[in-house]
Amino acid sequence: MSKAPVAVVGIGQTKHVAARHDVSIAGLLREAALRALADAELTFADIDAVVIGKAPDFFEGVMMPELYLADALGAVGKPMLRVHTAGSVGGSTALVASNLVAARVHRTVLTVAFEKQSESNAMWGLSLPIPFQQPLLAGAGGFFAPHVRAYMRRTGAPDHIGSLVAFKDRRNALKNPYAHLHEKDITLEKVRAAPMLWDPIRYSETCPSSDGAVAMVLTDTEGAARTPRPPAWLHGGAMRSEPTMFAGKDYVSPQAGKDCAADVYRQAGITDPRREIDAVEMYVPFSWYEPMWLENLGFAAEGEGWKLTEAGVTELDGDLPVNPSGGVLSTNPIGASGMIRFAEAALQVRGQAGEHQVEGARRALGHAYGGGAQFFSMWLVGADRPTT
Amino acid sequence: MTEVLSAPLVVEFPFTRSLGPVQSAFLTGLRERTVLGVRTGDDRVLVPPVEYDPVTSAELRELVEVGATGTVTTWAWNPDPGRNQPLSTPFAWVLVRLDGADTAMLHALDAAGPDAVSTGMRVRIRWAAERVGAITDIACFEPDDGTGPPERAATAHHGEFTDPVTGIVAPARLDYVYSPGRAQTRYLAALADRKMIGERCPSCRKVYIPPRGACPTCGVATEEQVEVGPGGTITTFCIVNIKARGLDIEVPYVYAHIALDGADLALHGRIGGLPYDQVRMGMRVEPVWSDDGGFPDHYRPTGEPDAGYDTYKEMV
Repeated sequence: MSKAPVAVVGIGQTKHVAARHDVSIAGLLREAALRALADAELTFADIDAVVIGKAPDFFEGVMMPELYLADALGAVGKPMLRVHTAGSVGGSTALVASNLVAARVHRTVLTVAFEKQSESNAMWGLSLPIPFQQPLLAGAGGFFAPHVRAYMRRTGAPDHIGSLVAFKDRRNALKNPYAHLHEKDITLEKVRAAPMLWDPIRYSETCPSSDGAVAMVLTDTEGAARTPRPPAWLHGGAMRSEPTMFAGKDYVSPQAGKDCAADVYRQAGITDPRREIDAVEMYVPFSWYEPMWLENLGFAAEGEGWKLTEAGVTELDGDLPVNPSGGVLSTNPIGASGMIRFAEAALQVRGQAGEHQVEGARRALGHAYGGGAQFFSMWLVGADRPTT
Repeated sequence: MTEVLSAPLVVEFPFTRSLGPVQSAFLTGLRERTVLGVRTGDDRVLVPPVEYDPVTSAELRELVEVGATGTVTTWAWNPDPGRNQPLSTPFAWVLVRLDGADTAMLHALDAAGPDAVSTGMRVRIRWAAERVGAITDIACFEPDDGTGPPERAATAHHGEFTDPVTGIVAPARLDYVYSPGRAQTRYLAALADRKMIGERCPSCRKVYIPPRGACPTCGVATEEQVEVGPGGTITTFCIVNIKARGLDIEVPYVYAHIALDGADLALHGRIGGLPYDQVRMGMRVEPVWSDDGGFPDHYRPTGEPDAGYDTYKEMV
């Protein structure tokens, strides 16, 4: 039996902010879940299973939070499971949920991803004082900055590319009411004048720390036929892993990322991603990762990604808009960040993205990665029901 | 071979919790010696209150006040109280259904011994002298000798208090014993002699430093030890301009990836011995050892000509 087509029929997000002191973790998830159900015009009674995801437990100090979320998410008496793949978890959670529908295990699945970063300190959670190990000497961005320098050396990209990305994403965020950062008076000069935290990464080119949740309702063809708004159809989805460290690892363009994208394109029948994909939501925690991923995902030849950014191709009105939502650079509830990419890609092809809608978007890619470039997860969604 | 190292690893953090409206009312109520529950759509009273109905998932917001006396529904004797438990002397863990509630809550009962505890016995709250809006505002339960207030039904409560508690701090602590394993132990022992010993994979022949005892690509054990360095090449780096948590290093400084001669992947280290803005990719460096017998304190330039990009680009 072939895979069942999967449709995204409901999407809900919280307004992402630095701290949601007014709600519990359960309350935060519930808010996103109810919005996704309202979008689909469904209730918890219509849901067959719930799949949730978040970043490592140390980030909030709630071990196995899924144990206490069944009531808040209407999962009582239903299967509920949790996915855990570091920063990519939001993407892989959506894929596990979609696989349950594609495999005809469940007809309608609610999937939710979240992080309440204000309850803890992610940097602490990532740098436990393991005995006998040399501590990471550089803080959060220090892990990434040397790879950015390597990219610049490898490609000859000029210094200002990173600032262009940050300036674009923060302007896009102004058109997204759910984005965390709304820097109304942003200018390129301000981005460029920000201090270098981990040279070559400026403060203005880093992601914020956010509280937020996102939810989606996925369903089969019958469910999609009943839905009030246009669905987004899943055309391809894949995950890949590789070790965080090994001899020959390419941190600038990891093999697992290339393989994951190639698998998605094969499933979706995409042979020229640059021409055939209308919008991309990619996981860019530091601005320079936009040109790096443009190459890794096959939108540009090696060494050429920065030229797309520089030419304005990735702007909201360019011919390959990247992160029209404002991206991770504007909103980063870590465990939710990957699923926000997937959900925003779906919003684009549903024509439901509001002010940050890419005109006429028919196919969009959602991308997530995490764990020291260890995990990759991606999906390609389209406005049309897949033919194969 | 040398004994494998191990050391305590304590993971400790004061996590914060935003309570949301229901838990906020419950904990603030305890501060005011008022126990609140929540009423469900089918008219049950849940104590402690929850935000969402455990059966229907409906949002629950109708708060009620219940009694400070109740009935033990089941119990277990705790002869040896541990750290951070409610009482330091032996006590009973009890489930108590407070008067007016349909569910029981877990707490401690201060009793003389297991013979003094029984299912169905009447108990009452012993309030803590200092109350802050936490479950520990109930110091424990104690046997009710009949002088407590009579059984009562739940009564409606607005749940509003001045200066409500909206968040709590939940300190978490995990005690591990950590062992880095045989490969790391050998590596650390060699560092004490100021030698850098990696391990070669028998399959792909790559040399790993620090060694992990197995090749992450081939998945086979690595046993052959190979001395690498001490010289090496900076493959890439960043200039750190903000102090990292818990690190006492003057900023700015350079944090670099260093490919030691003979190793097949870079390790990480700080670069010193020259101004931070003169560090280059390809610069040749060597370790500067600290006196504590551990990792090099930092790496400094050797003065050799820079390595060509092609010689290290596979490790960037």
